[in-house]
This record gives sequence, structure tokens and C-alpha cells, in this order.
Amino acid sequence: MTLLIVGASVAGVRTAQALRMKGYDGPITLLGEESYAPYDKPPLSKEMILPDGDPAPVPLLTDEQLADLRVDLRLGVRASELDVSARTVTTDAGEAIAFDRLVIATGVTPRTLPGADRLAGVHTLRNAEDAAALRTGLATAGRVVVIGAGFIGAEFAAAACRHGVQVTLVEAQNVPLSHLLGAEVGARLAEVHAAAGNELVTGVGVAHLEGEDAVRAVVLNDGRRLPADLVVVGIGATPATGWLDSSGLPISDGVECGADLTVVGAEGIYAAGDVARWPHPHYGYDLRIEHWTNANDHAAIIAAAVTGAAAPTPTVPYVWSDQYGHRIQIVGRPATGSLAHVAGTLSGGDLVAAYVGTVGELVGAVVVDDPRLLMKCRKAITAGSVWADLDLVPAGV
Amino acid sequence: MSERHFACAVDDLQPGTSMIVEGTDPGIALHRVESGEFFATADTCTHEEFSLGEEGEIEGNELVCPLHMARFDLGTGAPLCLPATIALATYRVEIEGDGVYVVSA
Repeated sequence: MTLLIVGASVAGVRTAQALRMKGYDGPITLLGEESYAPYDKPPLSKEMILPDGDPAPVPLLTDEQLADLRVDLRLGVRASELDVSARTVTTDAGEAIAFDRLVIATGVTPRTLPGADRLAGVHTLRNAEDAAALRTGLATAGRVVVIGAGFIGAEFAAAACRHGVQVTLVEAQNVPLSHLLGAEVGARLAEVHAAAGNELVTGVGVAHLEGEDAVRAVVLNDGRRLPADLVVVGIGATPATGWLDSSGLPISDGVECGADLTVVGAEGIYAAGDVARWPHPHYGYDLRIEHWTNANDHAAIIAAAVTGAAAPTPTVPYVWSDQYGHRIQIVGRPATGSLAHVAGTLSGGDLVAAYVGTVGELVGAVVVDDPRLLMKCRKAITAGSVWADLDLVPAGV
Repeated sequence: MSERHFACAVDDLQPGTSMIVEGTDPGIALHRVESGEFFATADTCTHEEFSLGEEGEIEGNELVCPLHMARFDLGTGAPLCLPATIALATYRVEIEGDGVYVVSA
């Protein structure tokens, strides 16, 4: 019997590491559907697609770390079904793997557009194969259109323009990221595209993709036609739970978990990372967070639950994005508060935005190129400190 | 053969802040916790290339890397949370007169 981890990306691998760090000594089996050794996700939309970057996936573990982990790593194996009462996971090759504990770490699947599958030159960006294909495509691309100006779209556009191609971003909202950060801050981030020579088209959806075998253009709802030979669709992702449909596990926009990430009603079965919805201890309500750091935090929570150790100190959500030579850092949950302070821009490398709750407590912050200020905000959000009492913003800002 | 590097004068490093010790290779970071005590560690986070002397955040006797939130024990260098799994090298700190020195092995 083994502790079976399904998914060999950040959440799955970190869970195995956290278990060993906590002294868990039993057998661990790690299933990964890709053939690559476990690799890190953030570089896919950054250095891996830069003309002078390293195209190889960045390993999550060195050979030595992998050996020390003592996991039965099975790559190129996809889980297709879970039988909770028999405690087996069936693979796409028809093998039934028995487990005593299970960690579901299958992440998310990027959304795409109807017809995208049959057109060459249309990509999503989620795995190493996507990044390799985009890097190859960028070398010969003439016109690039990015659908969705969220973090993936913006990071890709920033990397793509380094290949010397013209990039047009299409965003359905009037201001990118306004659903998360508000229109004022979204606009101060989005101005970077024009500053770098890329075009941003907002407030209009995509009607359809045009082309026979390969994409020729992106046609917008207002009739505009954007010629394109390379298209990236970055319009979010959905939890990869299809393989659990027959399992009876509670699923609604993610696998529903308790505070220690045990799946509700399924003792010994846990979910980690992007796929898990759980009551975040800092907030007391359910969240599903698609952040890299969240996968690390979940790994530690599950390792503590499995080994009976004390749960780790809760951390507030944190995410970063690297665009056009600048680093955006976002901490807390800006969307739950109202904007109390904003200054600077992304292209200026000096954006600071603070969001407060009903009693003036800091609940979220966006900081560009100032990790020290970011850390002050993180401390204040964790402590629930009142924004007005904090001397967070340098004088003159 | 150990080597001793002058880092700064005691009063030059405010409690709760860090600095890179000039002339060290690989780089050494000097940290001063709120109680006033000094600690020296490797400057680069063990998870990914990032200067802890320049941007590290001190919380009590712990050091947090502000890029991916890895946390280390300043005294032992031990990793306290993911993504860090490897300890930071630590170095002896000597105070002599008004000067703070770090000793590399």
C-alpha cells in the first residue's frame, strides 16, 4: 500500500517533499501525466519562451533531491478513475493502483475557444509542451494575438515582443484585471503594453477564429479582424476534476476540502494546489487559489495532517508576475476591499496600491519592484493592521 | 583557512535590516534582528537566485525571502517552510570594538 499522489507538478511534488521533511517514511507513488521530469511552472511564460532564454523546463528537483525523496515516480501515466471504497486509482493504461492515502493534485486545465483544436498556431500556455511550441512559433511568427490580458497573457506578450514581433492583446473587460484589482489599478498595470510597443484592445470579445488548417485571423464581436499567425488563449482555467466524475467526491469548482485539506467525507483523501477548494484559515471561508505559493502551503498542511503534526501557520495569498522587466507582487485579497491608495505605474516600476476593509484594515496590496514594501504589506494584512496607522508608503508618493 | 571580513560598524546596521558584506564570494549577508543581535548567512536564497542581504525580510529570528516566501532560521539556516528545502549556510559573526566581522570557512 502506498500514499498515492496524482499530479507531479508543484503541488504534488511539494507534498512529497513536505511529507519527507515531516518524517513520513512510508512508500509514496507520484503519478505524472507528462513525460517530463517534474518541472516548475512560472518559467513557462517567462524565460522558457525568451529568445535568449533556456528552452528546457526548469526542474523542481535535482537528481539528488529526487533520489532522496524515495518516491516511485511514474511519468506519462494519467489517472482516469478513482474508486473511493475500493481505494484504487485506475490509470489510462487500465492498471488499478491501490492506495491507503491519496493526494489529488491534478491542477487546472486552461480554457480555450471553440474551434481552437483544429487550427494550427492556436495555443494555450500551461505546460512544457505548450512553452516549447510557442517558442518555436515565435521564431517565425509575423503577427501575434493574445486573447485575454490577465497574467498569462501579459507575461506572454512581454516575452513575445522580445522576439521582435508585433503583439495585440484582446481583453473582454474594459480594463484588464479590473475584476481582481479594480479599474484604476488595472489601467496602471495595462499601460505597460503600449509603453512597450504592443497594442491592447479592450471591451470586446472574440467572435471566432478564422482559418482553414492554420489560424489566419481573430475576428472580434464588433467585426474587427486582427490578422494573426500565432494566437495564445489566456482566458483562465478550470479545475482538472473530470477523472473524478464517477468517484462521488464533492466537487464544485474544485474538490471540496476541510481545513486540513481532507476531501469532505473522504478520510485519507486530500486535495492540494489549484484543484482544491478549502476554508482558508485566515478568512474562514472557502477559497480555491491558483497561486504557486498556495501549492507550497497546501503541501505543508497535508504533510502535517498525515503525520499528525501541528498545522503550519496560515499565510495570506501571494502571487507575483514578471512583465517587461518589472515584477508585480500582489498580496492578500484586493477584491475584498476598496482602494485606499494608489500611485505610480507598472512601466515606471513604482506602482503601489493598497486596499482596505470596512474598518480601514489593510486587506490587499499591489506593489511593483519593491519587495520590502510588499513584505510590510504582507505583515500588515496578516495582522489586520489599520492602513491609516501604517507608514508603508515612502514620503512623497 | 578561514577568512575574516569587516562588514560594518555596529551602529551602521539598524535592527530589523540586512546588508550584503562587501568583498565576499559567494556573497554573505549580515542580518540584525530587532533585539540587536547579528547573524550572517549566505546571501542567495537556497530556492532560487535572490539576494537576501538586499531584500530579505527579518521576522523575529527568521528570515523570509520576499520572492517566493521561503523562510529560514537565522541561527541555524534551517529551512522552515516550502519552497525552501535546503539550509542556508551560516557564518560566525564577531564584534570587535565598534566593528562587525563575519568569518567564512
